[in-house]
Parts: sequence; structure tokens; C-alpha cells
Amino acid sequence: MEEIKLMKGNEAVAEAAIRCGCDGYFGYPITPQSEILETLMALEPWKTTGMVVLQAESETASINMVYGGAGCGKKVMTSSSSPGISLMQEGLSYIAGAELPCVVVNVTRGGPGLGTIQPSQADYFQTVKGGGHGDYKLITLAPASVQEMADHTVLAFDLAFKYRNPVMVLSDGIIGQMMEKVQLPPYQPRLTDEQVREKCPWATTGKHGRKQQNVITSLELRSEEMEKINNRLQEKYNQVEQNEVRFEEYFCDDAEYLITAFGSCARICQKTIEILRSEGIKAGLLRPITLYPFPTEAIAKFAKQVKGILSVELNAGQMVEDVRLAVNGVTPVEFYGRQGGMTPTPDEVVKALKSKLIK
Amino acid sequence: MKEEIIIAGFGGQGVLSMGKILAYSGLMQGKEVSWMPSYGPEQRGGTANVTVILSDERISSPILYEFDTAIILNQPSLDKFESRIKPGGTLIYDGHGFVRPPKRTDINIYRIDALEQSIALNMAKTFNMFILGGFLKVRPIVKIEDVLLGLKKSLPERHHHLLPQNEKALRKGMEILVPVHVIA
Repeated sequence: MEEIKLMKGNEAVAEAAIRCGCDGYFGYPITPQSEILETLMALEPWKTTGMVVLQAESETASINMVYGGAGCGKKVMTSSSSPGISLMQEGLSYIAGAELPCVVVNVTRGGPGLGTIQPSQADYFQTVKGGGHGDYKLITLAPASVQEMADHTVLAFDLAFKYRNPVMVLSDGIIGQMMEKVQLPPYQPRLTDEQVREKCPWATTGKHGRKQQNVITSLELRSEEMEKINNRLQEKYNQVEQNEVRFEEYFCDDAEYLITAFGSCARICQKTIEILRSEGIKAGLLRPITLYPFPTEAIAKFAKQVKGILSVELNAGQMVEDVRLAVNGVTPVEFYGRQGGMTPTPDEVVKALKSKLIK
Repeated sequence: MKEEIIIAGFGGQGVLSMGKILAYSGLMQGKEVSWMPSYGPEQRGGTANVTVILSDERISSPILYEFDTAIILNQPSLDKFESRIKPGGTLIYDGHGFVRPPKRTDINIYRIDALEQSIALNMAKTFNMFILGGFLKVRPIVKIEDVLLGLKKSLPERHHHLLPQNEKALRKGMEILVPVHVIA
């Protein structure tokens, strides 16, 4: 068993990346995620596992370094916060189009524009609805604790390679900056060149006796072929939707009112549920762990059981749209949110739920 | 057991590190802990605060509106947090530079002149350990041995020779804390 440590969410990402055999990190500092790059630099993994850590000249450079590394079948990642993630959108679309695995961590801050350095969940749409151009999807994980920052970093790489698709870990300033107990994952060695060739026969690792060369591209000018590629991507996303939905239920079994919230907001809402339960109000929390694929079926199931649903988010109402699609008019769906780096307190959500759903 | 604590003061007073030591001490005792800083554009001289929760059970929200205990090191922090202490809760403040002292009558209030005393004893750099000592005197939620272990964990090794001085500051803090208003 690994020792239980106390660390920030951002530090946990860095530690977990090294331990799960990550080959390279390319990033550029921005609050509130700079500790990821700082911790990697301090831990000097190039001396131990051989992992490359590079401060790139910009976020655009970072994501394109990731594109290059991923094309070689390497386990590569970057991280940033909202404005930096915006700069990476072109690269993400290309990586998704070229069907390459990589991990991107967004420790979200308040926007739009440069906005604020305080926590926010306003990048939900950008992450799960596109962001870059074209019909692609990012598998999206939403950690709600420092432990999950570590666990999701490892899981993100597993999913990225399983589906040859970029995976986003959508965190925020609260989870990135807070310290909690964490049990780090065990060390896995980095793959050898031979193992990469075996595991990633599509990668540009040299021909090694093969006649055909591997080509990494997202370009296909023949529309008939491009449609086939799009169809294949959609088939892959269907598989993801069938296999990878993850969510957590908190006092949902007998709930008459349901809160939906992800990440840091779900932590705040856990306390809200405790307060409501102590007052005799049967409330439960459904926390999507994967934002894409979204737990549509689970929410649809609870929609038949409850008197109303409140989606609580650190934005102007984004995930609530997916909740409404899942509920499809079966029960009222209301929204409560704070914006611009402000966070609601648990009591504030109690009041919001009472005024919007119980009346 | 569950203690929800806010520590607030100026940047540079050791607010965040005091919280960190407290969190590490809780860890040493096998408790669930969370440490949530105000990570804004705070700097030396600006305001800084940290929410620390120690609990026997899983911690839900790391962000709170009300606290069991507030450790307050400057006037702006008192103005902000005095009303947010739970009735029956505890307020500990360093008396230096306050023009509007606390007014609540439904909480326990203690004053600790740690700044003055730490300077007088030529121990100004361990100011925050005086405060932490005072806190542990009235809220003995962690054992002093575990605080020392926590301190060792949170300090880089090159500073370990300062541990005895920190222990002295902790114990001194316990001595100089005075009750201002204690509810029956």
C-alpha cells in the first residue's frame, strides 16, 4: 500500500502522471494550475523514469508538441487553465481527427477572456460540445477530490489509448488548489520502444520491415472517404457512450429532490444534501464523473422518481441543458449557479433548492 | 469529531502555513482533512485566509459559510468573519492593531498578543506557532506531539533545525492566551 499523503490537486496530477508511466509533459504556466508544471520540474522525472518535462513557448506550441508525441505512440499530456485551453482548441480538433491518444488537464478559471483566476465551471460547453471545429468528442472526466485528480490522470491515459482519442480532465481552481489526503497510484514503467510498436501499430515508430508507412493526418480531401472517417469516429463515440459512463449517487435511493452537480460544485452540494436531510427533506445528489459520455440514462431514471431536479454549477447554466435533454420534460429542471470565480456556500444552495423546487 | 476552522490575516503572517501544519497534524492522527486557501492575487501585506477542516468522517464541502473556530490576525478579517462564527463557537485573535474589537456575546473569545510577545522574545518568525499554540490550548483537537510531527512533514528538511524553536513558540502561545469572553 502506498503511503497516504497530503497534497494539492495540481500536485497530485503531476505525481500520478510520473507514476503511470507518462512519457512527456509539455505546458505553459497559468494560474490556477501552475503547480502541475512546477511539481513536475521539482520532481525531475527525467532522472528517474526518463519522462520529458518541457515548458513550451506557448499553449499552442504545447498542444502541438503533444500532437507530435502522441503520433509516435507516446503517453503525452499537457495542462492549462481556461484561456490557455482556448488556444489549444485547434490542436485538440486535429488530434481527435487524427485519432491520437493524449491527456489534457483544464484547471478552469472564470471567463470569458482573461477573466479571473478564481474557480469556475464555465468551460463545460467548450469541453463537451466541441471547442474546436468538426464533429469530434473529448472524453471528459470531472474530478471532485484530490484523490480523483490522481486517479483520473491514470484513467484518462487508459481511456485515451483504449479509444485513440484525446481525454480532458476538467477540474477547477478549487480542486487544483486545495489540499487533501491522497493515496498515489503505484509506479508503472514507461513502455519500451518495442512495447510501443506492439501496442500502437498505427504509430510513426519507423517501418521495421513493414511495406506500408504509417501516416498521421486529419486531412482527407475526398469527401466520400472523409464521410467514412466521420462515420467511423461516430461509431467510436457510440462505443464510448455505451461503455464509459461513470457517475456517483449520494442519497439518491429515496430522493424526492435531486441535485446534479460535478467537480468542486458536487462537493459543496454534498454538504447541501446533509443539511437538507437533517431538516427531513429527502434530497439526493447525482454527480456525473464523466461529462462526456453523460449519464443520461441514470438521470432519466431518477426523473421519474423525483419531484424536481436542480442543476448547480459554477457558470450561467451549461450542464443543465444536458440534464434537461435527459429528463425530457418528465419533471421540472431548475438551475442555480454562481459565476466569475464566485462559489456558492452549501446553505445558499439549500435556499435555492427550497425556493425553486419546494416553494 | 469535526472542527471547521478559518484562519485569516495579512499575507506574510504565516496564515497558510499555519493551516498546513494543522492539516498535517490531523493527518498524523488519521483524520480526514481539507485545506482550502484563498489563492487570489494575495501577497505580502494583502489579505489571506485558509479554511481547514479536520473530521473523523468524510469531508463534503471544503468551502463553508460558517465556522466552529475563527483565528483572526487583522481587523479586515475580523470585520469579514466575526458574524460567520457558529453560535457557541470560538474566536481567537491577536490584539495588535485592532480598533474595533469583537462584539459577539454568544461565542467564546480569546485574545493572544502573539505579535508583541514573539518580538519581545526575539521569536518573531515563529509568530504563527504562538497563535497555533493558543488555539490548541482552547481547542485541543490534535495532540502537540502530532503537531510537531506535522510540522516536520510540512517543513523542508533544511529547516528541521528550527523545530525546537517552533515547539517553544507553541508552548509559549499556550501560556499567553487570555480569555476575553467565555460563555457559560
